[in-house]
Amino acid sequence: MADPASNPPITVAAPRAVSGPLGVIAFRLSTTVAGIISAGIEKGELVVRTTRHRLLDLMTMLRDDPRYACQQVMDICGVDFPERAERFDVVYNLLSVTHNHRIRVIVTTDETSPVPSVHQLWPAATWWERECYDLFGVLFTDQPDLRRILTDYGFDGHPLRKDFPLTGYVELHYDEERRQVVYGPVDLVQDFRNFDFESPWEGILTLPGDEKAHADRQDMKRQG
Amino acid sequence: MGGNDTSGPDRPADSIAWNREMLPPGPQQDAVIKGITGEITEKGFVVASLDKLVNWGRTGSLWPMSFGLACCAVEMIHAYMPRYDLDRMGIIPRGSPRQSDVMIVAGTLTNKMAPALRRVYDQMAEPRWVISMGSCANGGGYYHYSYSVVRGCDRIVPVDVYVPGCPPTAEALIYGILQLQKKIRRTGTIRRG
Repeated sequence: MADPASNPPITVAAPRAVSGPLGVIAFRLSTTVAGIISAGIEKGELVVRTTRHRLLDLMTMLRDDPRYACQQVMDICGVDFPERAERFDVVYNLLSVTHNHRIRVIVTTDETSPVPSVHQLWPAATWWERECYDLFGVLFTDQPDLRRILTDYGFDGHPLRKDFPLTGYVELHYDEERRQVVYGPVDLVQDFRNFDFESPWEGILTLPGDEKAHADRQDMKRQG
Repeated sequence: MGGNDTSGPDRPADSIAWNREMLPPGPQQDAVIKGITGEITEKGFVVASLDKLVNWGRTGSLWPMSFGLACCAVEMIHAYMPRYDLDRMGIIPRGSPRQSDVMIVAGTLTNKMAPALRRVYDQMAEPRWVISMGSCANGGGYYHYSYSVVRGCDRIVPVDVYVPGCPPTAEALIYGILQLQKKIRRTGTIRRG
């Protein structure tokens, strides 16, 4: 790959003027393949954005076309942007071991629109899709094994969504009478505290006799 | 028991040394051994309190259920390995709760694991003890506010010894085991109560 410094990150949908093998791929994808929203180099990595309907065609081509030859799907993950209408990104990180390049494919979706499953292209994708479903609630069509994979049995909610509370809804303890581990509502003895770690004297913003220095510090902070 | 300072062949009845008062090699230890030997040759038996004998046996063969859940397990493994060598203290890791006396909960206990941990604990034979190793097992630690972690394994099983640290060193774990031995010696009866 060319030196990343000579490839300044450019905005998507402007794939020209990018040199190197990845730039060639980006240019070819964005000009010749239908259904691609954008393809470009972002921070030195090839990122392709497409739609849910065109995903399977694109993925099949990326796997089978010898110019791309992405034999492996390294990872499928989700990203949550609650302010967007289609709040989730589903990110596919593909690796070609023959060409030693990586291609990242991104599609967007929301809570109810399913994404086509790629498990028939890469059987390993089943676990990634289960993970994405478990943590974000993204649905995948034609996925025969869409179960939770990480969270507790009977878990409620999708913990990596931004609107999921950090501490969750239930906690566990052993019930002596029922002689089993039971769930109960979360009861925190101490609420979560958020430290800014700026001052070593957390909580003591002004030391006795140090008022002048404190005022100076506040001035410095205000001036940035 | 005790009274090793005055032990000698002339006071055989008080001279039995329990490992409560561990004696270093030397004339005092020799005197104790000589006293016991003298008593055996004379009478053919020694008299001891059964409680203490049983507790001595228990402290000398604490077989732990290896319940390594996270990075603390690595420090637990260090304690088993030749440098510290828990085997020399009669501590041999077991893969089955049926053969174990003590469960070392080493690592983060998640909600999903908690019923399994309790089941393993229930399968252990009495008397049984639990060592909670590390911040996560003690009180949730780094993951205290997580949606998926039990805030302390004492919510699931009764804990005898808490070993602090993140993770505790192998020395700290061994110190915790020694504390448990001390506790067994101090409070243990034949029937644990």
